[in-house]
Amino acid sequence: MPILQTKDQEAVRKEFERLTGPVTLVVFSQELVAADLCRQNEHLMKEVAALSDKITVQVLNPQIDRERAEAYGVTDVPLTIVEGARDYGIRFLGIPAGYEFSNLIDAIIATSRGESGLSEATKATLATLPGEVEIKVFSTPT
Amino acid sequence: MRLAQHMAIASDKVRAVAIEATEFPELSRRYQVMAVPKIVMNEHVQFEGALPEPQFLDAVVRAASGDGSR
Repeated sequence: MPILQTKDQEAVRKEFERLTGPVTLVVFSQELVAADLCRQNEHLMKEVAALSDKITVQVLNPQIDRERAEAYGVTDVPLTIVEGARDYGIRFLGIPAGYEFSNLIDAIIATSRGESGLSEATKATLATLPGEVEIKVFSTPT
Repeated sequence: MRLAQHMAIASDKVRAVAIEATEFPELSRRYQVMAVPKIVMNEHVQFEGALPEPQFLDAVVRAASGDGSR
């Protein structure tokens, strides 16, 4: 049974008309750790990818694909990396349902276009950051 | 998450990780997530709720500078 309702699929398909470059959803799953969550997450990502021919899904197992898991810094599953022309560092830990789903769609569009949409002042400040920053954003589906 | 992911696109020094709090209770406990969205930058800059772009950027700069004051 599909996770996305028909009207949601139509809305997302329309949003995806803005995609310009290819996007890869790199999905790390490990059934031994979180079978149901990993299966649902894979299912959701495949449904999303089916809405545009610019999106592909790669499913990896951190225990088998160890080198890539290490390169992406995988510590938990299910983890989805939204990759455009390069890995911009955008990750979704857990299933991006509810409000987070719109952020997933936004991330796909932004990485596809390689555009942040931020103000020039913000971009100028970000260009001078003295060190690296990892931003964790905790949310719930509702 | 939107500002975080857009800043990740704009800067290769920024990473954005969305975490589904109920699926990762241990992480949520570790970072004392009582309300969402809760934002944690480099472990030491933390706040709850959405911020406008300039204030969010200010927090990113503080995190990048190793400044934990709020």
